[in-house]
This record gives sequence, C-alpha cells and structure tokens, in this order.
Amino acid sequence: MTIIAENPIKAVATPSLVQQKVIASLSKRHRKEKLFRRLGLSAVLISLGLVAVLFINIFSRGVPAFWQSAITLDIYFDPAIIKIPAKPEQQAEESDNDFRQRYLAWQTDVGFVNFNRLITDSLQTILPDASKHRRDLARFVTSGERFALRDMVVADPSIIGQRRTLHLLTDANIDVWLKGNIDRSLPDEQQQLSPITRQWADKLSADGIIQNRFSFALFMNPDSRSSLASAGLAGAFMGSFYMMLVVILLAVPMGVAAAIYLEEFAPRNKITDLVEVNINNLAAVPSIVFGLLGASVLIGWFNLPMSAPIVGGLVLSLMTLPTVIIATRSTLKAIPPSIRQAALGLGASKMQAIFHHVLPLAIPGILTGAILGVAQALGETAPLLLIGMKSFVASVPASPFDQASALPVQIYLWQGNELRNFFEARTSAAIIVLLMMMISLNGMAIWLRKKYEKRW
Amino acid sequence: MSNSAPVKISATDVKVFYGDNQALHGINMDVYQNEVISFIGPSGCGKSTFLRCMNRMNDTIDQCRVNGSILLDGRDIHDPSLDVVQLRAQVGMVFQKPNPFPKSIYENIAYGPKLHGLAERKADLDDIVESSLRRAGLWNEVKDRLDQPGTGLSGGQQQRLCIARSIAVSPEVILMDEPCSALDPIATSIIEELIDELKQNFTIVIVTHNMQQAARVSDRTAFFHLGNLIEIGNTNDIFTNPQQKRTEDYITGRYG
Repeated sequence: MTIIAENPIKAVATPSLVQQKVIASLSKRHRKEKLFRRLGLSAVLISLGLVAVLFINIFSRGVPAFWQSAITLDIYFDPAIIKIPAKPEQQAEESDNDFRQRYLAWQTDVGFVNFNRLITDSLQTILPDASKHRRDLARFVTSGERFALRDMVVADPSIIGQRRTLHLLTDANIDVWLKGNIDRSLPDEQQQLSPITRQWADKLSADGIIQNRFSFALFMNPDSRSSLASAGLAGAFMGSFYMMLVVILLAVPMGVAAAIYLEEFAPRNKITDLVEVNINNLAAVPSIVFGLLGASVLIGWFNLPMSAPIVGGLVLSLMTLPTVIIATRSTLKAIPPSIRQAALGLGASKMQAIFHHVLPLAIPGILTGAILGVAQALGETAPLLLIGMKSFVASVPASPFDQASALPVQIYLWQGNELRNFFEARTSAAIIVLLMMMISLNGMAIWLRKKYEKRW
Repeated sequence: MSNSAPVKISATDVKVFYGDNQALHGINMDVYQNEVISFIGPSGCGKSTFLRCMNRMNDTIDQCRVNGSILLDGRDIHDPSLDVVQLRAQVGMVFQKPNPFPKSIYENIAYGPKLHGLAERKADLDDIVESSLRRAGLWNEVKDRLDQPGTGLSGGQQQRLCIARSIAVSPEVILMDEPCSALDPIATSIIEELIDELKQNFTIVIVTHNMQQAARVSDRTAFFHLGNLIEIGNTNDIFTNPQQKRTEDYITGRYG
C-alpha cells in the first residue's frame, strides 16, 4: 500500500493545482486577445470614420460647385454691333499662306467687336434701371461668355441678325451671393458686389431668370483668371491624362521587363544585389527630388519644354518605375516554382516557361501593381511644381508637348485663389474629379485582376 | 535485368556542389535501356540531386555546380553543342508534387508536342493527346472533359496527367522524383502498374522513399547515403542479400 502511496502518478494528485495555473493563465490570455481585438477593431473604425469625414466634407463642399448660377438671356446678334466683313473662304488660286493671313485679319476684325454689348443690351431689356449702372451691368455676366459669343459667330457668321436664347454664367461673385457663401449682413464696403448688382441678382433669381444649372464650364474650359466663373478643369485634366499616358507607355513596360529580367534571368551576384538595393532605395526617394532631376536634366540638358506633360510624365515614370518593379517581382516570386519546373522538364526554354506559364499567372498581380503605381503618380504634386507645371495655363494642351497643368496642381492653385468664397467649392469639386479618376483606376485594377485571375 | 541490355545513361565521377556544400561525392553508375531503376536512401542523401543531374534540372538552381560526365547514348549531356532543350525532350521528368499547368487537360498534354513541333495538324495533336492519356491509363476517366482544368483532377489523376504530359513528347528516359509521395495507396498502386507498363517503351529512373515501392516496381535498386552511392544491384539482391552493412541497416529500418 505504501508503494501505491508513493506512486509518482498518484503524487500528481494535485492536478487541480496545474489546472488552476492553466485556468489562471487562460483568463489572462483571453483578456489579452480580447484587448488586441478591440484595439484592432477600433483602429479600423477610427480610420473608416476619418475617411468618411473626409469624403463627407469634400462632397458637401464640392458637389454644389457642379451647379452654377446661370442667367437665361435672349441674345440678339445685332448686325449694328457685329460689323465684320464676310468670313473668308480659300480661293482656288490662293496659297495656304495667303489665305491664313486673310483669315487672321478677319479674326482680328472679329476681335474688335464688343460682344459684351450684346449681353448688356439684352440685360437692359429685363432690368429697367440698368442704363444708370453701366459698369455694374457690364460685369454682371462673367467675362468669358463674351468670348463664347464671339466663338459662336466665328463658327457660323450666319447667326448675325438672329436671336438665340442662351444660358450664360453670371459673375463668380453673384454665384457666391446667391448661394449664400458670403455674409449678406456685411456692410456695403465689405461686399464684393455693388448694392444694385445684389438687388438685380436677387430679383432675377426670384424671377427664375437666374438658375443653378449644371456647370459644363467646369469640365470643358481651361483655367481662367479673368473670368473666374468659367474657370474649368479641362486643361489640368488633359495634362494629367497625357502624363498618365506617358507613365503607362514608359514605366509599366520598362518596369515589368526589368522585373522579369531581374527575377528570372539575372544571375545572383554583387551587381544584381546592388541594383536591387538601389531599386528599393529609389522607391523611398522623396518625390520632390525627382522633380529636381526633371528640372535639371530633362529641361536643363535635354531642353524639353517647361510645364509640358511629357516632362511631367517622364518624371512620374521614374517615380513609378520602382513601384512597378517591386510589385512585379513579388508577384513573380509568388508563382509556384513547380510550374516553371514542369515547363522546363518538358523541354521548354527558360523564356518559353516564363512567357507561356509564369506570366499568364502573374498578370493579375502585375496589372494591379502597375495600376496602383499609375494612380499614385496621378496624385503626385511635388515634382510637378519644380518642372513648371504650377504655372497658370489658360489653354487645353493638344499634345504632351504643350504647356499644361495637372489635376493635383490645379487643386493647389485654386486652393490659393483670392476669391475664397467661390474657389473653396471649386477646389473640392476638383478634388472630387481627381478622386473619381483614382477610384476608376483602382476599380479597373480590381476588374482586371478578377478577369485574369484563374482560381484553378 | 540482364546486364546485356545496352547502356542508356552512364555517369562517371559525378560531383555536385551547392555553393560550398558538396551534395554528391563522385557517383559512378550505368542505367540500362528499358529498365526501371530506383534510387533509395534517407532524406538528403543526394538521390534526387543525382536524378536531376540526368536532365540538367540542376542548371535552374543558382550556385549549383555539377562535375564529372554523364553520357546519354554515349554523348556527354554537358556537351556545349547539345542544347538542354533537346536533352529534356529526350529525358522527361515527373515531379514529386503533381504540377499540371493551370490549363485544360488537353492543353496540358498538347503543350510539349506543340513546343517541339511534333504535330503538323490538329488531328495529329489530338492523336498524341489521346494516346498519351491512354498510355497513362487516364483516357477513360477524362475523355469527356478534356477542356476542363487539369488542376481539377484528383491527386492521383493529376500525377498520371503529368506522366501523360511527359510521355507526349516521346522521351527515351523518364525521371520520376518520388512520384507517389503525395498520393494515397490506391493512386500509388495505379501509378506503379503504370510504371510496369511504361518500361516496355521507356527507361525509367525513380526516386522513392518507399522501399516496398522500390521492391515492387524496379529491376535494379541503388542505395545512396550522405552523397555516396553505397550499393547498386538487382532489386532482389539488394533487399534480400545486401552486401553493405549500411544498406542492410537502412532497409531493415535501423535508420533513415
């Protein structure tokens, strides 16, 4: 019996002690786990909340800017005001050069016409006391609209002598006044608009002659400083578009090719190690440094034009290249080596194994990496400031070699505009356009990944 | 297997280095035509490394050096004038884990013949696909779903698909690197029967961890240990009357 008493198994007769220890530690472990889960969840909720605040803020400010005060006017293209000769046609025996000169002379004639008279004449018919306030009258409709009328005449001179009902954008300050973006109780000397203009605006708005209409100007026009109400994003949008084109055509194929070479063909030695380290470093270089490089090398040495999307695109390509290379390499690394071996074992050359089997599997990942790199480049501002894309450009670029701005830079420029009340909303509207471009790029990445991903 | 059969592969003093690490210490071996020879030995003994030397799959590993000569039909496989692509078409390989391409069953088989231009017309290709699948004993199971992904088959079927894929390019030698280690016993026995049939047309070198399998399928067996070829002989002799102490210890389960 004593033997049994001394039996070590029996001696573990205090299993409850061990159990207690386990139980004690268990509750501690569970507590820690719970704490960690709550921390993680709250981190996610906080960041989601911040994103929601950002979006709500931007959208609540920006969306109203897509609708803008426009006045409906009956414009009479008065032949007494538009006194111009007939639009020249090219004669059979006339050289191109001669014709161009004649056409330019005609355009100059058109340029001397006071198209604003057409607008003020029309305004006078609906505003009885207008003749006493000619200055206010002349500024009521934003100055860009007189050029819109001119362009209508240039496009089709037969319009002279006819009447057209047109929606013309009012001055930016009238838009501000009617939207309540300025304190109406401010004294006259602090108001941007004269008392009579404010009266007119309120009256015409009440009569339904001034209405909030969807602002095509925001999308169709380039930036403007003289006619703020018709300042638009078209120039910046096309600038960004051309830069994206350059990045997609340059950085993506180069990056993918470099990644394939480094990952699949390059021997592992000191030189490739050095290259690899440098690519990783390049990804960490502050983007403004690439701007300096672009300014000194591309513009300074190669004499590429300033403020041109081609230079911006090249700089952004350099910046995107490491992103594309790293994304592609990690995708290639993730393809199981058994697929390569299977192809090699059948007698495929290395190139064939990669192009027939590895790349098709890697395409979704490569595309995702490339598109995210492009999206990152789209939102980049700093390097563009240094290559002159910060300058005010009042035209839509027709090619990557023309001067242009870019969407993020345009946002920066508008954010700094003096007419805060008007441009605060327009800045947010520009941000919305940029965000939409980003979201559609990311959506494309997801769609392409889904399309090429084979879950076999 | 009678030693009167012609020598298919002849290895002389084959040494393999992975960086500074020597994996094989001078292997000498002849593989005869149309025999099944199996390599056994504990993990890390170099049997797979030696197998991979025979179609130069070790070339794909960085820092791997192979010394010594390996003759295929009397011709050095390291001869610069011999393209490795040609060698691998001649010496096919089946891997440990079934690795069909993520493509249809048809394309899995047709890839090799297309690569080497073995079929002029679609009908020829269809014939190759059918006969390869028949020889791998897979035709009846997959003939109605050739357009379906090869990766959708069961593990054993996938491995037979891989065997069919390698015989589709009509190799002379098939190297099998533990072809059944990822398979269940039924799938294993099907593959073993298949190996038995294939040896009429092919020379088969098989690496296995399963000594019963070596005993069942092979004519001759080679025992590797720590990068050395310890013993090679008729399978019956190796398993019933090993000449070396280490072979005996291994096959009786004393280590390994």
